[in-house]
Amino acid sequence: MSGGAKAMQVDEATVRRIARLARIKVTDAEAKALEQELSGILDWVKQLDEVDTRGVEPMTAVVATTLKMRQDTVTDGGIADDIIANAPAREDHFFAVPKVVE
Amino acid sequence: MSELTKLTLAAARDGLAKKQFSAAELTQAFLDAIEAGNKSLNAYVLPTPEHALAQAKDSDARLAKKGKARPLEGLPLGIKDLYCTKGVRTTACSNILAEFTPTYESTVTQNLWDAGAIMLGKLNNDEFAMGSSNETSRFGPVVNPWRRQGSNVALVPGGSSGGSSSAVAADLCLGATATDTGGSIRQPAAITGTVGIKPTYGRCSRWGIVAFASSLDQAGPIGKTVRDAAILLRHMASVDPKDSTSVDVPVPDYEAALGKGVKGLKVGVPKEYRLDGMPREIEDLWQQGIAWLKAAGATIHDISLPHTKYALPAYYIVAPAECSSNLARYDGVRYGLRRPGHDLTEMYEATRAAGFGAEVRRRVLIGTYVLSAGYYDAYYIKAQQVRTLIKRDFDRAYESVDVILTPTTPGPAFGIGEVSGDPIQMYLNDIFTVTANMAGVPGISVPAGLSSEGTPLGLQLIGRPFDEATLFQVAQVIEDAAGRFPAPERWWA
Repeated sequence: MSGGAKAMQVDEATVRRIARLARIKVTDAEAKALEQELSGILDWVKQLDEVDTRGVEPMTAVVATTLKMRQDTVTDGGIADDIIANAPAREDHFFAVPKVVE
Repeated sequence: MSELTKLTLAAARDGLAKKQFSAAELTQAFLDAIEAGNKSLNAYVLPTPEHALAQAKDSDARLAKKGKARPLEGLPLGIKDLYCTKGVRTTACSNILAEFTPTYESTVTQNLWDAGAIMLGKLNNDEFAMGSSNETSRFGPVVNPWRRQGSNVALVPGGSSGGSSSAVAADLCLGATATDTGGSIRQPAAITGTVGIKPTYGRCSRWGIVAFASSLDQAGPIGKTVRDAAILLRHMASVDPKDSTSVDVPVPDYEAALGKGVKGLKVGVPKEYRLDGMPREIEDLWQQGIAWLKAAGATIHDISLPHTKYALPAYYIVAPAECSSNLARYDGVRYGLRRPGHDLTEMYEATRAAGFGAEVRRRVLIGTYVLSAGYYDAYYIKAQQVRTLIKRDFDRAYESVDVILTPTTPGPAFGIGEVSGDPIQMYLNDIFTVTANMAGVPGISVPAGLSSEGTPLGLQLIGRPFDEATLFQVAQVIEDAAGRFPAPERWWA
């Protein structure tokens, strides 16, 4: 199912770039393996190029529908305790993170 | 082992109404079955016996008073761990959610509790519902109660709703909630001898269900029979102000459709589902289904869904793209796992590397790639255009037929570890089911026969949008002809 003799769709530098964009740390060994795996999948999905899609609208919703509107009023709130209940680190009603500004 | 657990949901409902047993007795029978069988099957990741018995007590009080019992009063169910349950740990079977305990309830489960149902516990699934074998769960694989004839090899129960299919097939609950993004209800149902329906996109609220691919995800039930699935879906479905994609159409009494038969109904058979190298037994099963429906008075029509073969590759652009967006929320700040880092970015990267399993990481990276600058049109827009063509294929087909009949899966249950090497081989499990997600139309899998290995196989019916009633109606005819397929021996208990 892989691309065989075809050039790899993604090289190691590309794996590192998209891993950075996705905020996932990858080890050297993982990057090597991902190069193969991602290239295999991307080669396989390239069969879509066979389909003539000129003039075809990209799908935005499977059910024809108009966007629902509601009154612009507050319907919820006052639940700060609930919102921070699962935070791995917190101070009072704040999420705590490593220092961002020196 | 108590015979109560062998009842169908419909029979248990009748038994409770006739006071043949209490909700507490019924619930205890299932808790005992879970206690005895879950070590072997790993279907439940968190049994909730105290919660269940408290609900049963309430149900018994209502059952004792005339006119107080609700439609699902006292019926014990299993809940896929993708559904947020208030005060009960919900993890999507991912390490990144750690011990996340929702402070709110998903709309679908709230609907079930409002109807009187009882929660036995949370069910295993592939991590974030990404998988076809329930092998990517942080809690380890689920085992199918079915075995190949003369073999003790552990088989997968399908995925991603593998805990749901295994628990229903093994009588560890009366029925279960599940979710289906590319086949995750129908494929596990097919290979465990159970009934699973993915309703029309928008039929059930997605609010409070851990998101994977928002334009494809739908909630639905897995049940022991067509009737059980019909009962459950009616009480799961609703329009919901909290999900703007839930659709405001009445939810019919699906049970009322069951006895109607198929006389005069037009059944389409799409030639594109006949794959090169498809096993003979799958073709035979399909022909058997055609013969049953013909004998019951339906007419059979050859149809064409020309873009079928492109549904799976298009899905593996759209689903990872949406997953990479949805899973961006797991940042180690608001909930779930956190791994330390020197700065914020390092903390994100370390957290997400430690929290996501290999398949989830792969899909997030594919999604990030296809959405990145320079590739968006070539991949994502292209896939959404193909999706429009897939939907058009169905629209055209439904001008001439009422329902479409196909196999559910390309083969029977495989062994744990047998298909883990090549991601694309695993993806091919969904080749017949993914089209319905891409077009948003409903699909049901109903058990129809046994493979040469003695394990179950299913047939799939695909219907018009919001016409789940016809799917139940036709599925009942297949169930009547094929009979039911209970797992042959209770080796796990």
